[in-house]
Amino acid sequence: MEKINIEKKILRENDKHAFENVMFLTDKKKLCLNMISSPGSGKTTILARTITELKDKLRIGVIEGDIQTDIDAERIRATDAPVIQINTEGACHLSAPQISEALRTLPVDELDMILIENVGNLVCPSAFALGESGKIAVLSVAEGDDKPAKYPAIFAKSKVLLLNKIDLMAGGHVDFDIERATADARRLNKSLEVFPISARTGEGMSDWYDWLVESVRKGVD
Amino acid sequence: MHEMMVAQSLIEIISDEAAKHNAKPVGAKISCGTLNPVNDEALRFAFEAIGKDTLCEGLKIQIEHKPIGARCKKCGEEFRVELSRPACSECGDESFELLPDAPLLLEEIDFETE
Repeated sequence: MEKINIEKKILRENDKHAFENVMFLTDKKKLCLNMISSPGSGKTTILARTITELKDKLRIGVIEGDIQTDIDAERIRATDAPVIQINTEGACHLSAPQISEALRTLPVDELDMILIENVGNLVCPSAFALGESGKIAVLSVAEGDDKPAKYPAIFAKSKVLLLNKIDLMAGGHVDFDIERATADARRLNKSLEVFPISARTGEGMSDWYDWLVESVRKGVD
Repeated sequence: MHEMMVAQSLIEIISDEAAKHNAKPVGAKISCGTLNPVNDEALRFAFEAIGKDTLCEGLKIQIEHKPIGARCKKCGEEFRVELSRPACSECGDESFELLPDAPLLLEEIDFETE
């Protein structure tokens, strides 16, 4: 038997496209955020409300990733924001070549920023670079405050954690320890910004909006 | 199950190398980081399923999981991070900077020799 040293990145095709996306977005000075969460955490509701309430300040384009259907794109289209739906046909995450293609179709020059809604899955999407400026993790309080400890990767890699559906706590329907979730999420990522929000009632959303507007103003880092 | 795409890419790279060396690949060593892990069982299953009837059929994969390191902000020590309780191994402080995680890498291929 003969051993040959290879030392090649297995996801090099994905990484190559991710790098091209970074170059494209940097050249056009557009912020691009990759939202990752379990299914049902409220990503689309957060997006729709954010687009609507920030429409005088930011022009946001959306790339929707789902295994099937364009239900999410329809919800975004109702806000008048430009949206591209990607169906992964079974794949549990978006990959960089799909984003390259979506960026060719979106009217990027007319936008201030691009929000990508990844396929609902707290594990796999975090392993694939898309060329984004940063990742946004979303966790709804109904999922439990132990998730940052159990699924550390996505929280370690994100710039922001949105703790959604806090209205369920006020109603006494869910027990969720925000301090515990925040401490666990920051264990590997001290600079993680955490915003407890309800995209349904609007509570806490203004801090998230301020962060977005400020990030677009500062530009891609 | 992102192991499906990992297996697909792996087969493409190994097949390219096999053509270059004009030899049958029988084993491969890969490594992954702590924050970009693969599940060994899922990857072997995916590789077997996709690799059937290709040059990679029957190839044995060895997977090494590499720990992630960090640099303590207080004493400067570089240490291996325990995910359940990350703290400096020297001074116990919990303020640290993560070092880059190991990428998902194909390290070696074993080829059959006549």
